[in-house]
Amino acid sequence: MLEYARWKYILIAAVLAVGLLFALPNVFGEAPALQLAHADHSAVTAAEAHDVSAFLQQEKVPFRGAYVQNGRLIVRFADVPDQLRGHDAINGKFAKKYISALTLVPRTPAWLRGLGLKPMPLGLDLSGGLDLLYEVDIKSAVRQILQTYTQDASRALAEAKVPVANVTDVATGGSTLPNTIQITLGPQASLSAAEHAIADPLRGLTLTTSAEPGGAVIQATLPADKIRARENYAIEQNISILRNRVNQLGVSEPIVQRQGNNRIDVQLPGIQNMAEVKHLLGQTASLEFHLNDVVNDALEAQQTGNVPLGDKLYTDTWNGMPILLKREVIATGDQLTDATVGESTQGPAVNVTLDSRAGENMLRTTKANVGKPMGVVLITKHSVTKELDGQKVTKEVTTEKVINDATIDGVFSDRFQITGLTLADAQDLAILLRSGSFVTPINLVEERVIGPSLGRENIRMGIAALVIGMAGVLVFMALYYKVFGLVADAVLVANVVLLTALLSMMHASLSLPGIAGIILTVGIAVDANVLIYERIREELRKGVSPQAAIRAGFEKAFSAIADSNVTTGIAGLVLWIFGTGAIRGFAVVLVLGIATSMFTSLMGSRALVTLMYGGRRKLARLHI
Amino acid sequence: MEFFSHQTNFQFMATRKVWFGLSIVLMLASFALLITRGLNLAIDFTGGVTAQATFPVTADLSAVRSQIAAAGFRDAVVENFGSSRAIAIRLPPEPKQTSAELRDRLQRALQKVNAGATVQSLSVVGPQVGSELKKSAMWALTFTLLFIFLYIAWRFHTWRLSLGAILAVLHDPILVLGFFALTQISFDLNVVAAVLAVIGYSLNDTVVVFDRIRERFEGNRRLAANVVLDQAINQTLSRTIMTKVVTSIVVVALLVLGGPVLRGFSAALLIGILAGTYSSIYISSAIALECGLTAEHLFPSARKAAVDELP
Repeated sequence: MLEYARWKYILIAAVLAVGLLFALPNVFGEAPALQLAHADHSAVTAAEAHDVSAFLQQEKVPFRGAYVQNGRLIVRFADVPDQLRGHDAINGKFAKKYISALTLVPRTPAWLRGLGLKPMPLGLDLSGGLDLLYEVDIKSAVRQILQTYTQDASRALAEAKVPVANVTDVATGGSTLPNTIQITLGPQASLSAAEHAIADPLRGLTLTTSAEPGGAVIQATLPADKIRARENYAIEQNISILRNRVNQLGVSEPIVQRQGNNRIDVQLPGIQNMAEVKHLLGQTASLEFHLNDVVNDALEAQQTGNVPLGDKLYTDTWNGMPILLKREVIATGDQLTDATVGESTQGPAVNVTLDSRAGENMLRTTKANVGKPMGVVLITKHSVTKELDGQKVTKEVTTEKVINDATIDGVFSDRFQITGLTLADAQDLAILLRSGSFVTPINLVEERVIGPSLGRENIRMGIAALVIGMAGVLVFMALYYKVFGLVADAVLVANVVLLTALLSMMHASLSLPGIAGIILTVGIAVDANVLIYERIREELRKGVSPQAAIRAGFEKAFSAIADSNVTTGIAGLVLWIFGTGAIRGFAVVLVLGIATSMFTSLMGSRALVTLMYGGRRKLARLHI
Repeated sequence: MEFFSHQTNFQFMATRKVWFGLSIVLMLASFALLITRGLNLAIDFTGGVTAQATFPVTADLSAVRSQIAAAGFRDAVVENFGSSRAIAIRLPPEPKQTSAELRDRLQRALQKVNAGATVQSLSVVGPQVGSELKKSAMWALTFTLLFIFLYIAWRFHTWRLSLGAILAVLHDPILVLGFFALTQISFDLNVVAAVLAVIGYSLNDTVVVFDRIRERFEGNRRLAANVVLDQAINQTLSRTIMTKVVTSIVVVALLVLGGPVLRGFSAALLIGILAGTYSSIYISSAIALECGLTAEHLFPSARKAAVDELP
């Protein structure tokens, strides 16, 4: 008699049922589609959807349906050529009205979609995807650091009462970018006093002095390695920020990597949804804290066009009123280390944390300006590509908006609160501040919707080969191990179903390396079964009774299956942790596949065999 | 149906010097091929040229492909590019030509398809596998080998088997790389995934043999190591070959039916499976034997017990 605990049967049945449900959406595949969204994010109405459908019918572009989902219009097509024709037609007519994006939508029936079940998306190599190339604005990264040094030096010289005629940024030593602060001292200034004053704030810079007729000139040059370090920092930080934003998109196997000197390549497999991605990734923002000009009137400056020296007029503000801010920057976004929503005695607030350098600056500024207002400017940059006479022209749009203007209530340094906000305002402001903590602006320089490098035919061939190969395995196992072979076949199919379910749950994209992982998993699952059956045959050859042979087969094969799978699993886990892109895609499937094949081979196979042979009192021979 | 009705009894250990020699020769040949011929690296690794072009009407991709091939561009990949009238062309790097010359050549080729075709932009792509990727791959490999070494050493109580497993695991991808250097099949990121799969297979096999070695030693600790190792390999031989036959069914189907793009991928898997089967039968256990493997190494407590029994 063979026995197997009832709870194990129930567990296996439950896992299989859940697995089938989660794997089910993959049966339906994906359809090419267009996604139309309003630029201002307002929802597309049913009437507008009707207009688009009518237009497509009139243009005789065949489509499978148009419906509004999450405020966006989805138009589904039968195939890619139709989709591209639709794209061209709609861009011709509605270019101003909608941001249109090529995308893939699952053909999943509504009731499955309602359960939140999605198929696993195909990777960049199988279904295409979005490839974006960003350029980091290294110039501004270096400019920013020079500006900070300039301010520190000017302040130190003023404190030491050294008269200064002029401070400018110049390019020296064959550099094409400004890399040097040039300080021209007043005619009576003492060079040694000046050198003494700036020694500390300009530490690390190469100083050269020369006596000119107008006054001594000090040049402080950023060493090349310092510039390089700053550039690398700017790029690395942008990479990590992009990576975080990409992760928000829920893309698996994204590649965010440095390309060349100052570019970042972002590959989003399976995504053709440009509207959403470009909005999320393409926006670059930085922050600046400025003191208000409380002497001059902003409205007057706006009307006359005469902006006082040292001021800048902002007309785009949170309350719509123009504001005059001093040009001097107290703190910038990259000095902002955190901004969170908090509580204050006056209700909701935003807690802001700056780094120590900005904190010192803030302390000096607030000491001298208690009771005066301070404004926060959010500088947003994004690239707009328009088609002019068949040529794509990319224009960079910069908007500067004063997002907050609050009175300095007391002296503070690196930690302070912005109060007097509603909870919603506080939440918005915290998000804006955080988004503005972007270190250096980046610009989208190249974008590509990648058609599958394999080509649709090749995918079809690949999948067909996999299916035929699997069928061959199933037939072979059935012939070679007879009844037990059929058990193995059931287990193999269950394994593929469970693996598909797990990948769908994680919404991991299936790429070619992933298919390699599935093949390896099929191999491993076959292996586990072969180990068990060869063991049973061995026992039978020894003359052991069939049921004892079954028991011994499962028990003795266990250590071999466990050890070999754990070893392979270790390799998979390490690759998962350290690998990127293709390697990681492979490792994910491998690790999950080992787990499912262990489960199906050890538990599922045993349950089936016990069900078939366990109850029989007299079992003369096994069909193995 | 059964291929292995009778228990085989091959003398693997007695002839191990021959197999070591064969492996060393094969690995040296692989290294020599890698050095002299090198791998035919795909655009994934080398970087390359991308061009975008527009057509006044829907672009005929197959005509474009044949014209570009006729213009002397090898391994060009042509795809639609966001619209049916725009195409993207990827080419391997052409270091001898300036981008302007490339652009002219492409333009002439495309205009043979349609006179109104224009190359809109052309850019040279840097290597996709950045230093970041290479670095993480190196770390991954190092840690994989280290953890496998430690796990096997822990489970089987001896570094001798660990060493055998690690060397066998290194042996197989080297032969695969040698094969790719020999045949000059395009080596892309997918082949890298296949090589990783090969490592997984080889490991799996090797550990199954080790498990049987442990079991044999458990049954009779007095037996000579070479006898036990031969028994273990012979007893798992049917399983080793059966598994490989079954897996090869899938891989061969992929090789024959999977189309040209999957060819390199499935070839790497097939060669790797052959090499892995060979190495787990002939190499991994034999290395442990060379390192002086005995029953005592696998069962350290037994050694202690034996000492305790002495007066």
